Amino acid sequence: MASASAERAGAGPRADTGGRPVRRRGVPGPLWAVPPVAALGLVFLYPLALVVKQSFSPDAGGHSTRPWSQVFQEQSFRTALWNTVWIAAGSTAGCLVLGFVLALVIAFVPFPGGKLLSRFIDVFLAFPSFLITLALLFVYGTVGMANGLWTDATGASSGPVDFLHTPWGVLLAEVTYFTPFVMRPLLAAFSQVDTAQLEAAASLGARAPRIVRQVILPEALPSLAAGGGLVLVLCLNEFGIVLFTGAKNTTTLPTLVYSKAILDGDYPGACVVAVVSVALSVSLYGLYRALVARTTGGARRAGA
Amino acid sequence: MLVHSRAGRIAAWVVFFVLFLPLFALPFLVIVMASFATNWSGAFPSHPTFAHYRAVGGGDSLHALTTSLLTALCASVLALLVGGWAALAAEKLRGGTRKVIDALFVLPVAVPSVVVGLSLLVAFSQPPFLLNGTAKIVILAHTVLVTAFAYQSVGAALARLDPAYEQSAASLGARPAYVLWRVRLPLLLPSLTAAAGLCFALSMGELSATMMLYPPDWMPLPVQIYGATNRGSLFEGAALAVVLMVSTLLVLLVMGRVRTRATYR
Repeated sequence: MASASAERAGAGPRADTGGRPVRRRGVPGPLWAVPPVAALGLVFLYPLALVVKQSFSPDAGGHSTRPWSQVFQEQSFRTALWNTVWIAAGSTAGCLVLGFVLALVIAFVPFPGGKLLSRFIDVFLAFPSFLITLALLFVYGTVGMANGLWTDATGASSGPVDFLHTPWGVLLAEVTYFTPFVMRPLLAAFSQVDTAQLEAAASLGARAPRIVRQVILPEALPSLAAGGGLVLVLCLNEFGIVLFTGAKNTTTLPTLVYSKAILDGDYPGACVVAVVSVALSVSLYGLYRALVARTTGGARRAGA
Repeated sequence: MLVHSRAGRIAAWVVFFVLFLPLFALPFLVIVMASFATNWSGAFPSHPTFAHYRAVGGGDSLHALTTSLLTALCASVLALLVGGWAALAAEKLRGGTRKVIDALFVLPVAVPSVVVGLSLLVAFSQPPFLLNGTAKIVILAHTVLVTAFAYQSVGAALARLDPAYEQSAASLGARPAYVLWRVRLPLLLPSLTAAAGLCFALSMGELSATMMLYPPDWMPLPVQIYGATNRGSLFEGAALAVVLMVSTLLVLLVMGRVRTRATYR
């Protein structure tokens, strides 16, 4: 109490300066940002710079572009690059279609429990991605539900379902895991759509598919683009899902970084792959941010 | 209401559940079912048992759980401190500096987590900083990865904050530090706990960077789950995954409770 009144008494005269901002005294604003930025620089930017440096430092010593030319000649690198790009693009397309359909039903064909389902989707986002692959192993794996149903029905010794160790298994897991990332901004955008517009279109004779195409889709496009951009980057960076499939022939850039560094001990090579991977992801993420900044803030919630 | 006919509505719901149930509900269900089984050769698992959970009660798995909880706790507290501080400082800035800080603190989301792990491994295995092989490097990696989310959620909460409160406090003569401590931080508390919950959950499930740099005596739960499934013990892995999901959910629920409590203050 005493300190509070002292505070007030001490600050009294300044309160009379009218509308002038009071915070002009003491440490200037930009200086407050220095400690956290310095911390980030030490534990994030400095290590990244060292990765770039290491990619030019072959194990033999000295500095050269040898690690780069070596990695670019490897077939495994080219396969991994191609796998990364097409799996990410395919997963993103799948997420967009699936997310749009599911969000459409939740928002515009409401049913009891729909709210609960969107809460469930939030919970889904709290779990790590590799759990999906683990679950798919029990559904489509060699021991698992789908093959179990087949062997029960036909009496065969093993089932026909065996795609988990191929890129398609990774694709299925990524579509499953990342679809909620599209649904969330979409549901936010759909809640902004004026239902009177839909009623007007319907009363003028438009059927549901036409309303979706001509009224809802244009409204949802910014969120779709934002959600899709985020999912694309997340898919490019995905590691857990690919690692858990245990497929030796499905490598992506992140798993190649891991296997080169930890399994082969080839740090310069791992750093080269890392630099390529970072360049790819960061440039796409920059595009995504620019897109989000251009459109309204609704999509921003996807990242927060 | 988009579809007016009853048949059309039912058709939409059928499509929804045909897509939703196998894709989103089934994964959780099979993991829970598998965690109580020892064998899965038919449509459903067989030989029910609690053995996997009993195994979690002692030894390596319990150690992995406490390791994960400790790592997540340290990482989210650190991330909230650094990210929250940065968001508070950035809010006062305009123009180019603001954009640079925004970009800097969001960058760890765009960089693959594996690369964050590799970079810390490269940087902190050599002088002047030798952290390789300690628990600190794992906590550091988790902090780097979740700070971006702390920064973003605190920043979003700051943007929503009604400036009238701090303005009236300041006009009554409160110093900036006092306004921050007695007005802004209490108003931000719900968002801060929500951000902490998010960071905690992300850190609990972090695998990519951890795989790059965990020391043998600091093995978090996701690494343990990978180890179990990699050596073929799928059912043990499922039990560990259930433990991971339940503990994450419990922490999130507690954070959610704090949040609702704070809003009624």
